[in-house]
Amino acid sequence: MKKYIQDLIIVSNRKLNDDYFILGLSDTHSLPEMLPGQFAEVKVEHNTDVFLRRPISVHDIDRANNILYLLIKIIGKGTHSLSLLKAGEKLNLVYPLGNSFDLEHVSNVLLAGGGCGIAPLLYLARCLHQKKVKTTILLGGRTSSDILEAEEFEKYGSVFISTDDGSLGEKGVMTLNSVLRNMNMFDRIYCCGPLPMMKVFASMAKEAKIDCEVSLENTMACGIGACLCCVTETLEGNKCVCTEGPVFNINKLKWQI
Amino acid sequence: MADLKVTIGRLELKNPVLTASGTFGYGSEFEDFIDINSLGGIIVKGTTLEPREGNAYPRMAETPSGMLNAVGLQNKGIDVFIHEIYPKIKHYQTNIIVNVSGSKIEDYVAVVEKLNDLEHIPAIELNISCPNVKTGGMAFGTSCASAAEVTKAVRKAYHKTLIVKLSPNVTDIAQIAQAVEGEGADSVSLINTLLGMAVDAETQKPVLSTITGGLSGPCVKPVALRMVWQVAKAVKIPVIGLGGIMNAADAIEFILAGATAVQIGTANFIDPAVSEKIVHGINDYCSRHNLNSITEIIGALKV
Repeated sequence: MKKYIQDLIIVSNRKLNDDYFILGLSDTHSLPEMLPGQFAEVKVEHNTDVFLRRPISVHDIDRANNILYLLIKIIGKGTHSLSLLKAGEKLNLVYPLGNSFDLEHVSNVLLAGGGCGIAPLLYLARCLHQKKVKTTILLGGRTSSDILEAEEFEKYGSVFISTDDGSLGEKGVMTLNSVLRNMNMFDRIYCCGPLPMMKVFASMAKEAKIDCEVSLENTMACGIGACLCCVTETLEGNKCVCTEGPVFNINKLKWQI
Repeated sequence: MADLKVTIGRLELKNPVLTASGTFGYGSEFEDFIDINSLGGIIVKGTTLEPREGNAYPRMAETPSGMLNAVGLQNKGIDVFIHEIYPKIKHYQTNIIVNVSGSKIEDYVAVVEKLNDLEHIPAIELNISCPNVKTGGMAFGTSCASAAEVTKAVRKAYHKTLIVKLSPNVTDIAQIAQAVEGEGADSVSLINTLLGMAVDAETQKPVLSTITGGLSGPCVKPVALRMVWQVAKAVKIPVIGLGGIMNAADAIEFILAGATAVQIGTANFIDPAVSEKIVHGINDYCSRHNLNSITEIIGALKV
């Protein structure tokens, strides 16, 4: 897939709560084809403390209105700068980057997103819905403010929620959510979130012999496979998360699960 | 349009802009963003005799105006390069230069012997300055005797243009440059990364798996300029300058300080189209300053 470096126009910056916001980006031309699981390398301007681009997942695409949405958690100086952007301003992207989730050979799937890990899953849910794949979505977080976009996910399937403190949905870690009692009905699990959470899902999927894909978010410099900084260990050696990933089938990873 | 041609040994570059090893893959990664053939040349990823997995993740830390890396020469080895990568890139109408790395002198020699026969590889860059490998690497580049010894052995084995990439992690880089010039290097390129480190105050741990790594980006540019200036005065062979070049003005600064050509490194990560923009920017500079040839300002710093 051809990659582009482009200035997109910010059409919206929607604050979800103190920690999360969603940028809507558009262009005078049609946005290029993007696949669920892919990401953009976003340039942070006017902040001399921020040198590198920030890799941000494609959260959703509204083709009718030609808008790309990026869901971003404020975790440092770069994402804080991005949170201050206003409609009408420009944002420079290198995109679309990376591989994508595998949407083939599935009829009933689980999407498990922990906190900001839901970022790449909404567009995935949209694409699965278009393919008429039965989709169950499990959202997890420490507290209710980490549960994002639940109403959007409900458009595409049944939504289950866990919070560590019980402020929303079931109380406890999401890997213990009751929907997982019938895990065998799923033929694939798509998972994105903190590494320990993804490893638990990977372990459960392996045990139940269910196919499982995880989306990794290693720190990156270039995003296009040139610097070799973002590698993860696979059975075939170190692979760049930016080009060979960010989505990996757990069978390819050298995880101790 | 000014004449941007420069020569490095027997190597003619259509313009002085090269891409630095380890920041540009094998060129193909950047084909969506620029015309590779617009560049003076590309220097491909550091290549060793045997395949290397590199260091453990995390390998990168962002710093103010730069970054640290500890990749550690991850590459598929010279044989995979020759049989699988070279056939895919040899059609480029620009100079493809292979950066050669190793742990032992015999390894460097074995790699360059294999490269002698590749028609579309007119030059090598001998990496005696990688700070991220346990043995060899920078160790060769931090004393005059060892830098001379490896250059001598490689010069004997390699028949085309030999560029030696120098480490800035030394007391007097000009002496090292003179040592490799004395053993037949056609050119020196500098600087490789500066040894640095990053600490996470919250976890109280180093950020990099290797604790230390190589610093690059605009934060190193003043050091690189100073070293290019010192080396250019000390040797007769052409100097290739690199270290934090982000735009054409930065490139011109290196040329004024004595560089015949420049390499664009870390900037490729921020703007994958930057190298071609720098070629155009150098051309614009020549027009604005009424230069017939870029060579008119090599080392022309007014002091």
